[in-house]
Parts: sequence; C-alpha cells; structure tokens
Amino acid sequence: MVIEEAVNGRDDMLIDGQMGDQVLPSGFNPNFLKLYYGIPLLKLRFQSKLFPYGDIFRWMSYGNDGKHPACDKSYFGRRELSFTLENDIYLRFLSFNSVSELEKGIREKCPFKIDIGPVYSVDPSKRHAYAQSGENVFKPVERELIFDIDITDYDDVRYCCSGADVCLDCWPLMTAAIKVINTALRDDFGFRHILWVYSGRRGVHCWVCDGKARRLTNEQRAAIADYFRVYKGSENSKKKVSLTGHALHPFLVRSYTEVLKDLFEQTLLSSQQIFSTEDKCEKVLEMIPDESVAAELRGRWQKRSSCSKDDINAVRWEHLKHTLQSGRHKGQGLRRCVEEIVFSFSYPRLDMEVSKHMNHLLKAPFCVHPKTGKYTVHLSRVCVPIDPVHCHEFDPTTVPTLSQLLQELNSGGMGQEGDNDWDRTSLGESVRFFRSSFLEPLLKSCKEEMESAYNSKLQQSKNSMTW
Amino acid sequence: MEIVRRPQLKSTAIDRGVPTLPLYRSAPSLEVRLEDFELYAIDRLRVLTGISDGLSRGKRPEEMEKLVAELWKANMRHPQASEVMNKDIISHFVLRLVYCRTYGLCALSLDYCCFHFLAYRVRILAHREDLRKWFLSMETALFRYRFRLQTAEAQRAVLAEFQLPYKAVTTSEFEVIKDKLTLVARSINQTLPTADAIFYKVPFQEVPELVAGRRVFLSDGYAYVAMNQVVSLVATQFRSLLSKALTLTNRKWMSTIREQEKDRLTPIVEALSTSYVGPDYSVGREFGEVSLKDIDNVAKSSFPLCMRHLFDKLREDHHLKHWGRMQLGLFLKVLLNSIGLFMEFIWNISKLPHPLTLAFTCYLSNPLMQQPMELGVGLKLDDALAFWKAEFSQKVGAERFDKEYAYSIRHNYGKEGKRVDYTPYSCQKIISLTPSVGDHHGCPYRHFSEENLRAALCKMGVNSGGVEDVMDKVRHKHYQLACTLTFEAIHGCPNDAGINHPNQYFSDSQKILKSKVKCLRISFLVTSVIDLEFPPISTVHSLHP
Repeated sequence: MVIEEAVNGRDDMLIDGQMGDQVLPSGFNPNFLKLYYGIPLLKLRFQSKLFPYGDIFRWMSYGNDGKHPACDKSYFGRRELSFTLENDIYLRFLSFNSVSELEKGIREKCPFKIDIGPVYSVDPSKRHAYAQSGENVFKPVERELIFDIDITDYDDVRYCCSGADVCLDCWPLMTAAIKVINTALRDDFGFRHILWVYSGRRGVHCWVCDGKARRLTNEQRAAIADYFRVYKGSENSKKKVSLTGHALHPFLVRSYTEVLKDLFEQTLLSSQQIFSTEDKCEKVLEMIPDESVAAELRGRWQKRSSCSKDDINAVRWEHLKHTLQSGRHKGQGLRRCVEEIVFSFSYPRLDMEVSKHMNHLLKAPFCVHPKTGKYTVHLSRVCVPIDPVHCHEFDPTTVPTLSQLLQELNSGGMGQEGDNDWDRTSLGESVRFFRSSFLEPLLKSCKEEMESAYNSKLQQSKNSMTW
Repeated sequence: MEIVRRPQLKSTAIDRGVPTLPLYRSAPSLEVRLEDFELYAIDRLRVLTGISDGLSRGKRPEEMEKLVAELWKANMRHPQASEVMNKDIISHFVLRLVYCRTYGLCALSLDYCCFHFLAYRVRILAHREDLRKWFLSMETALFRYRFRLQTAEAQRAVLAEFQLPYKAVTTSEFEVIKDKLTLVARSINQTLPTADAIFYKVPFQEVPELVAGRRVFLSDGYAYVAMNQVVSLVATQFRSLLSKALTLTNRKWMSTIREQEKDRLTPIVEALSTSYVGPDYSVGREFGEVSLKDIDNVAKSSFPLCMRHLFDKLREDHHLKHWGRMQLGLFLKVLLNSIGLFMEFIWNISKLPHPLTLAFTCYLSNPLMQQPMELGVGLKLDDALAFWKAEFSQKVGAERFDKEYAYSIRHNYGKEGKRVDYTPYSCQKIISLTPSVGDHHGCPYRHFSEENLRAALCKMGVNSGGVEDVMDKVRHKHYQLACTLTFEAIHGCPNDAGINHPNQYFSDSQKILKSKVKCLRISFLVTSVIDLEFPPISTVHSLHP
C-alpha cells in the first residue's frame, strides 16, 4: 500500500512497520530504481539503500582507501564510470573521489545503467587539461581482465529460445562456459580473484581482479582471449570449429572431458533435441567434412526403422560417434570430428572485443537491468554474483528483481538506523557471498602486495642504464 | 662512447667474453673515428632497410633467416676480425641516436663538416613517420633472425644475459608434465619432446604469441616453452629493452647531446635520419665515400701551387679572405661544373639520399672553363628551375619555392645580382693580384719569399735540382714557366703547352694520373662563391688525420 502509493506520487506518507504483503506491479518502474539507489522519494521518510555503495567502493579501491603510506589516494578518482540515463543519454568519463561522492553522483542521476571502465593515468573527468601535452599522458593504466558471455551468441545452436530470452534448457551453456573459463583462469593462468556476475538478462560477466591481471597490456589480453577461442563463426562457413593437429591442447582436453562432453551428452542432446528433426540432423551432418560419411548417416536416419523407446537424440548420437570413431573411414578432417561437433554446440563463445582492450566499459555488478522482453516481462533483475563452484545450481529465473526486493523490504519491517537494507532482502545473500568469497580475500591480497612492494622499493638501487 | 680525433681503436669487447650476439645494453667505452661513426651506421642501415624490404615482401621465416645472414655478411664485415663486434655495437648505438625520435618531419641540414672551406645550407624537408617504431621493429627482427642463426650454446648464453625471469625445467618437474608437453607438441605438429629436451618455465605474460596460439602448456601462470620457441621469448625481451632504451636516449639527446654535439655529431645524426639506404641504392662504393683523404690527395697531386697554398691555408686557418675565396672557389667551381653537380647531388639526395656521401667525381674533359663539363645531369637553368620547383613544391609549395629557392638557383647561374659570370681566374689574372697582410691569393711564384717558395716546392715533391730550375725562372719573373717546371718535375713528364690556367694544370695532372685513379671521381658541392661559410675549428680538427 504505502510504497505503491508513494511511487504513484502521493505526498506525506509515513511508513510504519506493518505493511502487509503487497503484490507490487512487475515490470519496470523508474521510481523503483530510485528506491534501489536510495534516492529520496517524494518527501518519503522511507529511504532504502539497496545498492551496496560501500562494497563497490572498497572493491574499486583495491586497498588504496587505507592508511598505509603506499596507498594512492588518487586511485579511486582515476577510475572511469559511465552512466546511461533514462532517455538513453550516455555520460562518459565520470569519476568520483570517495564513496560519498559516488553515492551522491548516482543519486543525482539515477542511472539506468552503470558501467565501469579502466583506471586512467589521470582523473578522466580532467582529461582535456592534459590533451595539450602532446605525449600520451591520458591513458588507461589498470583494468580488470574481463569476459562477456552472451547467450545470443549461441543462437545457431540453441533451439529452445532465441534472442534475449533465456530458460533453464539453454542456461546450462552459461554454466559450462563458467566452468571451462574459470578452471582455465585458475589452473592455467594462475589467477585467484575472479568474480562471475549474472549480466541481468542473458549472460554472464567475468571480472579477474588480481594485480597482475589489472596490469595486463592489450596485447596480453588479446593473447588470453585467443587462447580461449575455438569457435570461429561466420555466416559463410558451415563448420565453425576446426580442431586440427594430431592431438588436442591439454586445455581443450580438460574442457572436453570435465565439462563439455557430459554437457552435450547428458543435457543438450535432449534439452535441445539436437537430432529430432531432419533439419536439425542436417545441421550436424554439415559439420562432417566427408560427404560419404554424412550420406551414410543420413540414409540410416531417414529409414527411421527402430521404434525403440530410447531417446532418438541419444541413439543417433551413438550412431554418429560409432561411425566416425570406428576407424572405417579415414580422412584428414575426421580425426577430431566428434569433438568438433561437441565443441560447436557447447564450447564457450566469448565476445573477444570486450576482453582485448583496456578501455572497454562493462556493466557494474549489482546494477539493475531495466529492459523488458517482447512477450515475457523480464522483471528488472539485479546483476548478482554467481558462485562458480556451484554455478550449476544458479537459476537465472529466480534472480531477485527490483520489485521483489522492495516487496521484501516493505514487509520486512523497519530496520535499525545504519543497517544495510539489503540485509533484510534476498540481496543480502548475494552481498554476503560477494564479500566473503571475493572481496575479503581480494583486499587481503592487495594489502599484502602493497606492503611488500613498498618494502622492496625502499631497498631497490637505481637502474644504471646509459644511453 | 667517446668520439676522438685520433684514428685509434681499442677493442675490449671480445676480451671480456661477451656472447657473439650483443644485447646493446649499454654503450661501450670505445674510441671511434668520426668517419666510422657515420660509415658504420650507414652499413647497418642497409641491413635494416633490407630486412624491412624482405618483410614487406612477405618472406617466410626461413627466407628471412637467409636474407639476414646475407645482409649481415655483405655489410657488417670488417677487415680486422676483432673489429667486427665493435662495428656491430657502434653502428647500433649511432642509429639509436638517429632513431630515438618519434616524429618524422626533419629539416635536413646539409652542413658538411668535411667541406671546411665552404658549406651551402640546403634545407630539405624529409618526411618519415614513426622513426622510432620502424627502428624498433627492424632491430628486433634483426635480432630475432640472428638469434636463430646462433648455435644452441650461444643461444643459451644470450638467455642468461637477458636475466629473464625463467627457469629451466628440472628433471623431476619434467616427468610430471611430460604428457602434457607431448600433447601440446602433437597439437601443433612439432617434434615430440625427448627425455633430455630442454624446456623453460616463463610467466605467461612474456610469451603472448605462444599463449594466443595455444602453443605452450600453461600451468599456474607459467608457460612451458620449448627451446625452439625461445626465439619468440627472446625477441620480446629484446624489443622491450630497446624500447625503454630509446625513450631514455631520446631524453638524453634532446636535453644534452644534441646541443653538445651540434658541430660534430648532430649534423650527421640528423642527416642520417632521413637517409634511405635501401636495396635500390645502386650507387656503390665506386663513387667514393667520405674521403677527406681524396681531397687531400687530389690537392697534393694535382693542384697548382697557388691553389694548393690557398687550400692548405684554408685548412689551417679555417678562413680565407675575399680574394682567396674567389680564387680558390672559382677554381673548384668550374673544375667540376658546380651547378650541375650541385643539382645532381641534390637530386641524389632526394632520391637516394646519402647526404654525407661525398662522391668525388672528376670529369676529365675540357679543361677550359669556357665549356662547362658534361655531367650526367647537366641542366640548363630553365630545366633546373622546373625540376627543382617540381621537387620542392611538394614539400614547400610553389609560391615559397619561387620566393626562396628560385633566386638562389638563378644566382648560381649568374642570372641574378650583379649578373657577373664568375669564371675562374687565369694565371694572368692571378699574377696581377697583389696579396696584402693576411691574404694568400695571388701567384706564389711572384709573391713568396725565396725561402718560403723553396719550402713549398719541396713540400710539393720537387727534388732539389728541380727547385733550382724553378727558382731560376722566378728570378727572371717567368712565373708561369716556373709553374710549368714544377708540373714537369712532379709528374716526371714534359708539359709542352705550358701552364696558363690553374684548371688546366689540374686537368693535365689528372690526365697523367688517370690510369691510377680511374674511378677517382671527385665532385664538390660547390655553388656560388658568394655563399661561402666556414665551419668552426673543432669540426676541422676532428677530421684532420
């Protein structure tokens, strides 16, 4: 009652404890956003603050908000943020010097989307002052290693949904992507502070925040992105995955055996009904470079003789594997054909451009995604972190929505002054997870790094390079 | 690195046991002649340009390896084996000075320190973008291919020199990851690692190319690099080192060196930066390189005494008064059809610029100054103007050309100013001139004291009998005959025509010496004698052998 009236514009409403359950309208209401960011709503004493300003600030400071002499007070102020406002107005090169400035800035503008950019060499909002110097004075100096995986990039291999929609049948593709990439980032590259975030609608983002990740050059980022790249899709080529060589690289082997094979065989085959129709079968057969093999299988499937109760997809997959791996057919391209098919359907598809450049902006975690879908109403979901260890349990359809949170706040009663409001909602779980599994270890590590770098600098002698 | 006047070279590099492939980490303490300073750099520049050419033609790595070996052999050798390393190092550091700048538009100032008796400043705007990036890429490529050509042992020495943050994988470590290494090798169709194969463990950031291509096994942030992949690793290191060094060099150049060396090295360096010594450079050594010696030699062998005297005095005092300049300058000018040569020279600069290659070209044809000597490019004034306008306008604009340059060119042809056609003085004219205190022009046979004349004749190589004959003629005021006798004494053959013009003396002399100096082509950059300038003392000293 109260909140509804409040958002509909009535004045002098007081909130008291008992509100009772309210079913708030779903769909996006800009006023909800205001409540989310703690913007005072029409003389309402009620003011919620769900967005975790403090945590974002601490994260982005990487320990520089402390008291140690090595702390760089300008660090947070050199980070670029960008806001997308209600009318698609886009504000870039924003920066804030403290958490209160950050809060103030967000409250003033109530952005529909907040993006985080790199840390520059100087305050980005003052970049023009340095433009005259000639040399490259304004440039990014640190930036997390980021990845963006979007389910629409898999549209050619998922049949359950398309476009912005996502369901539990195709979400496992994201789960697999998280597992493959996360394992590689840890085991192969040695990164430790990795944050996975639901992007709010149809994908996931990854933030690698180790010091050595933040200091990677564009070239190194591109190298990592290329290391992960397998799928080379385009409109023209039918076969988008080509695994040449007499063996697979250990990274691909591990991804296949630990994640992708099972995903394909246990989940995708049936959830996507990969061999259920002639068209779909043809799509797979096109990936076989040897036409005689394809023809053989095609012929076999056309007969449709067996009335077996077994799932047709599984059956046909067995046919295919058997034919290709039996050794009867020996061809250059057939060696890894089975793996190629599996990879085509399941291997992670990254947006390369996002990862390659330091100055690429990415949506901030804990933002709210304001868009709605065409036929189904996508409730403005919060971009919450995902636990990579338990990512198979993550359900995108149950991610807290804005209205849901406000609902919970409403019915939860008044908290104490100074309490974090998110604590009384389902967002609490996400924030606590963010802190315990990501933020605290990260900040601890930052502190250690800072101190040891400081100490070793004190002892270092000058470089004696002559001209 | 010290540039000294004495042609003395100490080679200590080899003694210190430096690996055969230098990393150029610091400038060595070597003494270098000014000549070598430039020559070595040009040779290296040929190598780099050759590499640039090869790369742009898309040559494969194996082909590039071969090309680099050839280029190196052709250009970077030295008669003294011990000097080969020095040449390598010196040339690299000189080019560092040249290429530490990043922007391209250079005003090329042809300030020939070698021509200590005259210099004509020509401003040519040469455009070269990203000097530093080009140099960095070519030096890295050079290093990469030279590294590939080294023995395994030498390669290991280089790795050690780099102090790279890597370790050789221990046997036990190797056992653990052997399967994975084998998989990687098979996945990229490489030879499989044997039990004694050497692998290096490197932070993955050091080898982005290998990571991108999944050509290495990665574990916990480290890449396991096979020996044959080490080249990539090393090239990256080299590039990064050099890149940092160039920044430092640039700073030092801009702040101190450029000013300090403005009379010695700076002109050379600035000229080199616009020089293009590429595969098309077909004007080889036969045209002669920098040789002050050549001028000296020619002066010694073929100048008449009057000009020889002026020449020597000029070298000594770095100055000649007006009449001296006129006498000597005109002699030289017509000797070599100066305008044509000037044009040819500048034309060569803009096409195949080696600004400091003093190609001495002596055309042994008609000694009489009335007929200007034929040259490859003997342009008439109008043609010259048209040509220069076309060339210069691209950089300077037609209007400015008319204003600033056309005048000079016309002046040189005697078409501006007093419109006097400056022809060299004949013996008659020279004899008539009377030098006063501080002058050195005129005819020495007339004006020198007996003592001085005897000394001068001895210096020229006339034997005592010949000197007596000459002195006899002088007493009788037969100055031209005296000169003729001198000629005959030095060349050992009669000169029936008799000397009546310095230019004639010269060409007669050259004719006789022709067989010995077949390709002695001497061309001076000489233009209007009005514009003579004299460089400061230090330059000359540094060139004095």
